[in-house]
Amino acid sequence: MKVLTGNDLKTGDVTWWTGTSWSRDVNDAADVGERGAEILAREEAARRVNVPYLIEAERTENGVRPAHIKDRVRAVGPTVRPDLTLNPQNPEALDWVI
Amino acid sequence: MYKYDNYDQQMVDARVEEFRDQARRRLEGKLTEDQFKPLRLMNGLYLQLHAYMLRVAIPYGTLNGEQMTALANIADKYDRGYGHFTTRQNLQYNWIKLEDAADILADLAKVEMHAIQTSGNCIRNISSDHFAGAAQDELVDPRPYAELLRQWSSFHPEFTYLPRKFKICVIASEKDRAAMRLHDIGIQIVQQDGEIGARFFVGGGMGRTPMIAPMIRDFVPLDQLITYAEACLRVYNRYGRRDNKYKARIKILVHELGKDEYTRQVEEEFAHMLDQGVEPPREELERLKPFFADPTFEDGAKTVDRSDPDFALWVDRNTHRHKNDAYVSAVISLKPVAGIPGDATGDQMRVMANLAQQYSFDELRIMHTQNVVLPHVKIADLHALWTQLDAADLGAPNMDTIEDMIACPGLDYCALANARSIPLAQRISEKFDASGKTEKLGELKLKISGCINACGHHHAGHIGILGVDKKGVENYQLSLGGSEAEDVSLAKITGPGFTEDGVIEAVETVTDVYLAQKQGEERFLDTYRRIGMAPFKEALYD
Ligand code: HEM
Ligand code: SF4
Repeated sequence: MKVLTGNDLKTGDVTWWTGTSWSRDVNDAADVGERGAEILAREEAARRVNVPYLIEAERTENGVRPAHIKDRVRAVGPTVRPDLTLNPQNPEALDWVI
Repeated sequence: MYKYDNYDQQMVDARVEEFRDQARRRLEGKLTEDQFKPLRLMNGLYLQLHAYMLRVAIPYGTLNGEQMTALANIADKYDRGYGHFTTRQNLQYNWIKLEDAADILADLAKVEMHAIQTSGNCIRNISSDHFAGAAQDELVDPRPYAELLRQWSSFHPEFTYLPRKFKICVIASEKDRAAMRLHDIGIQIVQQDGEIGARFFVGGGMGRTPMIAPMIRDFVPLDQLITYAEACLRVYNRYGRRDNKYKARIKILVHELGKDEYTRQVEEEFAHMLDQGVEPPREELERLKPFFADPTFEDGAKTVDRSDPDFALWVDRNTHRHKNDAYVSAVISLKPVAGIPGDATGDQMRVMANLAQQYSFDELRIMHTQNVVLPHVKIADLHALWTQLDAADLGAPNMDTIEDMIACPGLDYCALANARSIPLAQRISEKFDASGKTEKLGELKLKISGCINACGHHHAGHIGILGVDKKGVENYQLSLGGSEAEDVSLAKITGPGFTEDGVIEAVETVTDVYLAQKQGEERFLDTYRRIGMAPFKEALYD
């Protein structure tokens, strides 16, 4: 699947396009198919996201998994600070990055 | 320490308001990202993996307790309670919001700090010896010269759009504690026939094409220092490779022209500029010197009570000889076992600020090895200091050991990274600490970068590790034999790369080769230089 991601303009938070808006949870990411470029231009112009880009990802049993490790790190947070990730109660979630 | 005059303060305050307006216009949609990016970068604001990142300049690594406290307060108020001290003697915050950035810059300006010229193709923060003004072996304090260069290079209109970033370093001892020859310009303050002057090394750097700067002039009189620096930059500004980002640093120009031809062009430019009034009046340098005058040192004990072995070890490892023999410079390690190199929490920054005020004439220094120095500590106060450091998890006795490694943020934070650096640093430190081998290895400088940009100085590591991307999987290249010190050299790659587990094993292997082959007092680097790469390669790959 093709997924759209970027950082929130105001806060810099990592965000994922859900089909109707933006979410901080990668598992909310929608497959944008061939419409990526169009959505990207529109959302950037509307200032809801900063420097958005299109990535490859895979829908698995456990949710959406970006193809590149960099985007998996972005999706959870720094692997060396489990306390600062999106899911601080569950440090094992970091294993998903590798 | 240097104190801002009205001009300095006005410039910094005006810049904050200018940026506030730019950020507002970006948030209102009046500026696109393409328009805004160069403006935010001029104020040290990057976009990284998880948020915006702000890089704060700490001129030649010197700051006082009030400034350190302000950095701590920003970490707590606007970031997530910590900051990262870097090899550029700066501080980076990892979790900044664009909507807060102008307020942060305003808070910095209140304590004479800013983020100007910490990014972009301009002259960056000047680096220097972290023991400046304290070291027993220095000729003079290099910081007045660094400050003169800072003033000259701040908002210098001719050098605001250079072909690429530009880094200058000033030292004043034969020992090089600041990687001077790995800078675009390295200046060593020297004495010739009783006169003080500057020796110029130009065209060093790390990144994808590491180079050691050759000396191009062994003595520039002090009343021509700025003119000579300006001539060096002018030749570069004119002929640097603007067509290719990867060839745009001055090291490539000096290398391609050859040192002699580059020098000839600089000398020609210099001769032409000499009577044009480029040089600030000599009184300006004299005006700066008193800012860096010695504090009032007192007599006191010259030795410590060594009955506590933990304290004695810390004193042996983490203190440096001071020009006054009742004092030392004390190194505060930001490398606790399995910690994140260079990270300090807001609370730790406040502890360091208070200790500086209490024990070091209100002065701190940031080292390029991502540690902090209290430059002037009375030997009689050392035990009290160490006790408080230890209580704040700041007392690791590991300066210049394998546990005192440099690691860049890598793929945990950095958008340019290929691989993570910090987890390697943590695992290596944990492993060597647990096996007790650190002690046996003595001085061993390990440096890790997450990509070829070499922010973690891997080219200059006795052991260097570079993260690469191998078909989407993290992989690590090992190199040996580098040094950033006066015996400067560039490390050589051992051979094919390793997985994360593999490279940690490989570090163990090369240290075993060293211990087996070591003669007398040899350090790892000395043994490597004597026996060469072959025995290490054999142990690694056979
Ligand atoms: C996380 C954001 C960072 C980014 C985007 C970044 C980017 C870069 C780039 C692109 C280069 C290569 C420049 C060239 O060769 O032309 C570089 C070099 C360098 N950076 Fe960083 N860097 C970052 C963080 C750091 C940190 C945290 C440190 C200190 C630990 C640092 C210190 C250096 C040094 C010492 C060099 C190499 C020396 C040189 O050739 O100038 N940087 N950086
Ligand atoms: S070396 Fe590469 S990964 Fe490390 S901080 Fe620099 S740019 Fe980022």
